[in-house]
Amino acid sequence: MSETLTVPETVILEVFRYRPEVESEPTFDSFEVPFHPEWMILDALNYIKDDLDGSLSYRWACRMGVCGSCGMLANGQPVLTCATYLESLLPGPIRIEPLEGFPVIRDLVGDIGDFMNKLSDVKAWLIRDEEKPVEDGEYLQTPSQLDDYKQYSMCINCMLCYSACPVYRLEPEFIGPAAIALAQRYNLDSRDEGAEERMDVLSQHDGIWGCTLVGECTEVCPKGVDPAGAIQRYKVSATMDYFKSLLMPRSSS
Amino acid sequence: MNPGYRLYYPRWYRKRVPIFWWLHKRSYAVFIARELTSVFVVYAAAVVVALVLTLNKGEPAWEAAMSRLSHPLVITAHVLVLFVILFHTITWLNLAPMAIVVKLGDRKVPPTAVLIGHYGAWFACSVVVAWLLLWR
Amino acid sequence: MKRSREPIIWVLFGGGGMASALFLPVLILVLFIALPLGWVQSAPIDDLQWLVRHPLTRLGLIVFVMLCLFHWAHRFRYTLYDGLQLSHLNEVIAVLTYGMAMVGTVVGAYLIWGVG
Ligand code: SF4
Repeated sequence: MSETLTVPETVILEVFRYRPEVESEPTFDSFEVPFHPEWMILDALNYIKDDLDGSLSYRWACRMGVCGSCGMLANGQPVLTCATYLESLLPGPIRIEPLEGFPVIRDLVGDIGDFMNKLSDVKAWLIRDEEKPVEDGEYLQTPSQLDDYKQYSMCINCMLCYSACPVYRLEPEFIGPAAIALAQRYNLDSRDEGAEERMDVLSQHDGIWGCTLVGECTEVCPKGVDPAGAIQRYKVSATMDYFKSLLMPRSSS
Repeated sequence: MNPGYRLYYPRWYRKRVPIFWWLHKRSYAVFIARELTSVFVVYAAAVVVALVLTLNKGEPAWEAAMSRLSHPLVITAHVLVLFVILFHTITWLNLAPMAIVVKLGDRKVPPTAVLIGHYGAWFACSVVVAWLLLWR
Repeated sequence: MKRSREPIIWVLFGGGGMASALFLPVLILVLFIALPLGWVQSAPIDDLQWLVRHPLTRLGLIVFVMLCLFHWAHRFRYTLYDGLQLSHLNEVIAVLTYGMAMVGTVVGAYLIWGVG
């Protein structure tokens, strides 16, 4: 919006409410909050909680786009509410809903247990056949080796990509964008030796093959992780792996 | 579990995905359109095969096929098919750098170079085919 | 854990996407539009016949048709599967789409190889 004289005094937020103890279906509450050009959506929600309705539930922590807990839908689009100016959604009313794809516990709070389990399903950590003793020093990496996975390590687990992914919403068994990107983050790390193990989980229908490359995960990601790209690259390496194992079947796997 | 929690515990709200979810967002509609170009791919390939078969039958059959294809309605339809296939080609080539990451030694080939390579290949294929069909 | 056989289908799908993206626009433009409208003149008919009868052309065409069909089968399968929420019919849809692609390939191969 341009800096004209028509900057509003207030803006209306239509906030998704779900209070399981009193209602079986969600409703929307309208709140009028003061408009400040420097306010993020999260500031408006905090204003509601502090001054209008203390019962509103939502998650947030860092206010600077690194904790990944304040993701919500603003006018249907998954965003980090701490990093989205109210101004960008004028004139309003601005509709705030919980991320899609996760069961709603209360108001704007979803159950993220499924994603947490998937992170451990894909073993999103460094795997080594043998740890070297501490005395032998650190594992060295060149800048180029760091570059191979750095982009994927920027993920803050905000789950916006899950909310944007129709495949995940239709088939919650799908491992989904961020978990696959994080698996790739370790696969491409020169210190890691777990690619084989992860491939067993990921080269399944519920792994990479369920992805139809809608590409919205990459569009909504606030950290430039490009999970869609990670999945496509994984498809390529899984395919090469498959044909290699057809050509030279090894006794091991 | 604390029995106090149990009262609310199972009462999550789960939103149902609407049947035509892809009509609810532009990018999803574009995605479905992109997938459905595959129907036109098969159609175009089938017509190419049919033309090859008539060509084999000899000149009169070929001329007859050409005149049937020149009917204004058929031409209009085929112009539309051409646009659909161009949509397929462009979306397909644009996604290529996502899947294909090339490393030369220590350096990653920039995605734009991969993209340009693919468009170059498209141009080369088009020239070769046009040359084969039209050179006299 | 057993790994999915999906890579075979993915290669056919991807090959079909690439082949159709690279070759179909020019084929449609020249064969379906420019030649019927007389914008350009084709190569002498004898040359064209020689071209399509050449074993390499026929082989290439057969592969091309196969790839295009599998490209369609794969995309159409998932469009039904996700777009219409028919995942409970997964097996039926897979058999139908890939089955049609296989039948189409055999018929196409028979017809194309019969040329010449
Ligand atoms: S990949 Fe991006 S959108 Fe997905 S969880 Fe990580 S930071 Fe968020």
